[in-house]
Amino acid sequence: MSDATRNIQLQVIWSRLIAAVEEQARSLIRAGFSTSTREAGDVSAGVFNRTGEMIAQAVTGTPGHINSMARSVRHFLDEYPIDTMQEGDAYITNDPWKATGHLTDLSVVTPIFRNGRAVALFACTTHVVDIGGNGPSPESRDVYGEGLFIPIMKIVDRGEMNEHLLKIVRANVKEPIQVEGDIFALVACNDIGGARLQKIMDEYALDDIEAVGNQILERSKQAMMEAIARLPRGTWRNHMRIDGYEAPIDLHAAVTVDEMGVHIDLAGTSPASRYGINCPMCYTEAYAAFGVKCLVAPSLPNNAATLGCITITAPEDCIANASFPRPVVARSTIGMFLPDLVFGCFEQAIDDVVPAESTGTLWNIRLGVQPSGQDRGFMVTTFHSGGAGARPRLDGLSATPFPSGIRNVPVEVTEAITSLVIWKKEFREDSGGAGTYRGGLGQTMVIGNRADAPLTFYARYERVENAPKGRQGGQPGAKGRLSLGSGSARVKSKGIQTIPEKDTIIIEMPGGGGYGSPLARDPEAVAKDVMLGYVTVEGAREQYKVAFDVSGRLDRDATARLRAAG
Amino acid sequence: MTDSRQARLAVDIGGTFTDIVLEIAPGQHVSGKYLTTHAAPERAVLEGTRDLLARSGVSPADIRLVVHGTTLATNALIERKGARTALLTTAGFRDSLEMAYEHRFEVSDLYMVRPEPLVPRNLRLEVDERLAADGSVLRHLDEESVRALVPVLERETVESVAVCLLHSYANGEHETRVGAILRDALPGLNVTLSHEICPEIREFERGSTVCANAYVQPIMESYLRRLDVGLKDAGIDAQVMLMMSSGGLTSLEIACAQPIKLVESGPAGGAVLAADIARKLDLPEALAFDMGGTTAKLVLIDGGMPHQSRSLEVARAYRFLRGSGMPLRVPVIDLVEIGAGGGSIGAVDALGRVQVGPESAGSEPGPACYGRGGTKPTVTDADLVMGKIDPETFAGGMISLDIGASCAALQCHIGASAQMDARTSAIAIVEVVDENMANAARVHATDNGAELEGRTMIAFGGAAPMHAARIAQKLGIDTVIVPRGAGVGSAHGFLLAPVSYEAVRTRLISLSAFDVELARSVLGEMRKEAESFVRLGVTTAAALEERISVYMRYRGQGHEVQVYLAADVLDRDPETRIRELFEMEYRRHFGRIIPKMEIECLTWTLTLAAPTPEAAAADSATASPAPAPRRTQTLVDLASMQDNPANIYHRTDLGCGASVAGPAIIAEAETNTMVPVGFTACTDTYGNLILKTGKAAA
Repeated sequence: MSDATRNIQLQVIWSRLIAAVEEQARSLIRAGFSTSTREAGDVSAGVFNRTGEMIAQAVTGTPGHINSMARSVRHFLDEYPIDTMQEGDAYITNDPWKATGHLTDLSVVTPIFRNGRAVALFACTTHVVDIGGNGPSPESRDVYGEGLFIPIMKIVDRGEMNEHLLKIVRANVKEPIQVEGDIFALVACNDIGGARLQKIMDEYALDDIEAVGNQILERSKQAMMEAIARLPRGTWRNHMRIDGYEAPIDLHAAVTVDEMGVHIDLAGTSPASRYGINCPMCYTEAYAAFGVKCLVAPSLPNNAATLGCITITAPEDCIANASFPRPVVARSTIGMFLPDLVFGCFEQAIDDVVPAESTGTLWNIRLGVQPSGQDRGFMVTTFHSGGAGARPRLDGLSATPFPSGIRNVPVEVTEAITSLVIWKKEFREDSGGAGTYRGGLGQTMVIGNRADAPLTFYARYERVENAPKGRQGGQPGAKGRLSLGSGSARVKSKGIQTIPEKDTIIIEMPGGGGYGSPLARDPEAVAKDVMLGYVTVEGAREQYKVAFDVSGRLDRDATARLRAAG
Repeated sequence: MTDSRQARLAVDIGGTFTDIVLEIAPGQHVSGKYLTTHAAPERAVLEGTRDLLARSGVSPADIRLVVHGTTLATNALIERKGARTALLTTAGFRDSLEMAYEHRFEVSDLYMVRPEPLVPRNLRLEVDERLAADGSVLRHLDEESVRALVPVLERETVESVAVCLLHSYANGEHETRVGAILRDALPGLNVTLSHEICPEIREFERGSTVCANAYVQPIMESYLRRLDVGLKDAGIDAQVMLMMSSGGLTSLEIACAQPIKLVESGPAGGAVLAADIARKLDLPEALAFDMGGTTAKLVLIDGGMPHQSRSLEVARAYRFLRGSGMPLRVPVIDLVEIGAGGGSIGAVDALGRVQVGPESAGSEPGPACYGRGGTKPTVTDADLVMGKIDPETFAGGMISLDIGASCAALQCHIGASAQMDARTSAIAIVEVVDENMANAARVHATDNGAELEGRTMIAFGGAAPMHAARIAQKLGIDTVIVPRGAGVGSAHGFLLAPVSYEAVRTRLISLSAFDVELARSVLGEMRKEAESFVRLGVTTAAALEERISVYMRYRGQGHEVQVYLAADVLDRDPETRIRELFEMEYRRHFGRIIPKMEIECLTWTLTLAAPTPEAAAADSATASPAPAPRRTQTLVDLASMQDNPANIYHRTDLGCGASVAGPAIIAEAETNTMVPVGFTACTDTYGNLILKTGKAAA
């Protein structure tokens, strides 16, 4: 076979492997029970070589698993060396430090055999509805309070499900049938991936995938290093302050680009919190690496080689490298700010590529009614977001998360399964940071209960004290704000609170930062924003120095005068 | 009174060509391809019809039925050429159309842009009212708040209005009243109510559907009325029926009111044709494969019925990515669409991999070999260089192909950066595009709990017969059928479609506390609605075929599985029987069921269809000898990547029963069928070309 034909064949096998992991992920999403799995595709799936290097990964919704699951397989192999694995085995864990950062994510790894020898591993992760303990509340003082901890162990032993483990799981979680269903789905989806791999090996008469895997990794590394070589070399630092739980948190990063790749060091970052907003290193690596890849090589696939070009270090037991047994359930609180933190370093290195800061962590709404008498009560989480940062040459996306890829839950669906009434859900005017390119708008939601009962409100919001910053002269986005419709009491951004009967909670979500000076924004673009109600006439005058006449038409002369006056 | 006239006319308006088939008598056709006249699409229809009537000697008065499908509604949505539309919503919810799913469909792209909503924010107006999820009234409709909008609509010269109030799928009274007030105040205004077009839960999808309908309605209605008048003026006094995306037909009146149901009617026609072949040839499981100039489409066909769905996405603006278009919830044939066609362009990416599409050279400038200024290598260029096209008969000899231009384009854009010659570059493009289509088929099958191995592929559209056999090899498929008239397959399908209507309702009913009376009343209401629509379209009192399905899930899941129910399911022990059907379907999709978990019925559909038109009689089967090849040319075998001499035949040379062995090319005006090494091809009594591997023939 000539080199050229071998080259074509490699490519076909590569795309077939990507399709195999895609099928693996899709079957997991469709069978999944938790809202984040089905609405956001909060799963991941991949194929690995014998040494635990990830060769291909499915493109799924949330970046938090990207690097974390990739590295988890090595931990499985440390515990169970590949040649001790048997055909028909599958292994499981939810170790936050060895898998994907909190107990609610279950990961399963399955070896694939050819002629009696393990030739590859399929791994997958999904977010289950519940894992016991204090549930999604970050109030536990350590990981023991956050639910059942499953160390790396067999879930399937030569074709037999581990009934002992399933029994323990069932006894520890509030929704045993759903969690067990998710475990079966994890095992089944790896089998689908494995069956596809066997077909590929049949068709191309392969005994193993070592050679193919190595070529994929070599090519990927070469392309990633070429992309990194286009960056200037040096070290750049950034600092970001966020609200925190009991005290403000400082995140520090130093990004170094050199011939080895991109290195990020988080020295100076605040120590761990008493609450479950701490982030294990694996999850920090996932989001920090995601930020770099978005800027440097967004179209390259995620695999061991492309991710291996990005390394991350952080001080022991800082909030971005929390040690066992810190509580970590809400690790996304920190993780989702890391791309913006890294962007602040790259802004100094490269021109016109780096977006302004976004809302960051999601503004999910957790509301419940306590059970009383016959009424079972409810507890519901819906996914929503403030605005994203403006981009060089583009306005920011309104009411859209970054870096998460999560989707919202329709209002009609939320109201159909609870007694909640969402009276309003609309863009928040003037909340996008002013700039040559405007930050994305936040949104306002007003929520009450149509049953005569108070609501319990579980708040863990960020960007209430510290707004998303603009870049290159762009203004910050609006801060988030929480209040009661009656105005009768103050609402805090963190902690469990009560919304009185017949009252409403008003949730105003932050806007994204602006990019470039607002005075350089095309007055026509400002006029369009005013026409559409994204910006008020007053906002246009104050922030953009753009004036309108009494009939609401753009007044060019007055605008020129305002702008000249500065 | 039955109509004794024989002739039927099928018209499929596509972006480039208007395909017309005139059926003179069962099994006897003339057909033609005419350039679409975008300014007034009826012109090409009327001129083409006149041409076919002249060619066949049929009198206009002999045409009994005109069946029409068109991409005009889709194009209006893609090109944003619809009416100036306003949206009336519940106060507090005017932004849900623009917020969409609040997500980024491409997670890694920092510069992702979401498509603009069809209705800008200043035309999204609020009405004071509020329903609860069960349809009860939380705030009564303030009629003054509706009347107050009338001057706004006038001032803004709004041509069409969509009304989408929260929870209207559970109670349509407020929407109905809003519609009445608007029609009263502004008699000429087009109004679409969301609970009439799409009575389903999920405010963004329902809002998107109702806005799309309002947006295309004025232009579609005006076009359809002009066509109707034009046909009458041409002496064609026929019933005019429209092809819907569901694969069924509807009347002109319903099409004028609900034109959004026509969006994917062309591909639906192809699926109907494929399903008809599957039924005639008694194929339990088939895969329809349609490949044209810019996209390819795949449909699973089980038991002679194409898979159905209730949602599709049109106008995907970003590399055909899911989420980058406009969701519509209407009854559709469940087709997966891939940005891969004859005009798709090949390039080398940063990893040194050859990538194909979704960028397309379209028909202008077209592939490099057309010599119309195209310089980038397309799939058609690669097919030509590999020897899959007979240049002498291509496009009926209308276009002379420049193979040198293809080689130069391949060498310059692929070969130079990937260190390959033009021939190898061509192989790379074809292998990659075939693999992309095979992968899309695999993922689609997984999504539907279906297997592909052992299915029969039915291939049509200009590019499909050149790629079908190789994709079949990749999917473990042993038989490929290329129907007669494969180039105008959709229009042929129109003549095989039944008049039908699908009614839909969202009613959450838990299986453990199954409310038979509620289910019965919902189905009764839907049956009444469906019947009233179908009867408008059928001339006879023939019994209608009824199909009931319900979308079900385990409580807590977000995806539903469609379960078909027998007509008498509610009569005895419905709970047990529905559970069994659900569990069977769930097991097929996911391999196992979840015992003891609560099961919910969410969305109900009821379809009534008139009997399918009788099948055309087959020609008599007389085995004819294998013809002599016209000539030979070199063809690359993709499985081995070796060059082989391939015989070239004209499709008309192959009499019924004649069989030829690969490697061979079977040429016709609209396409070429590639028969690779290991396949034989023969013609059956219906005129289908049937390719089989040695395995299937044995």
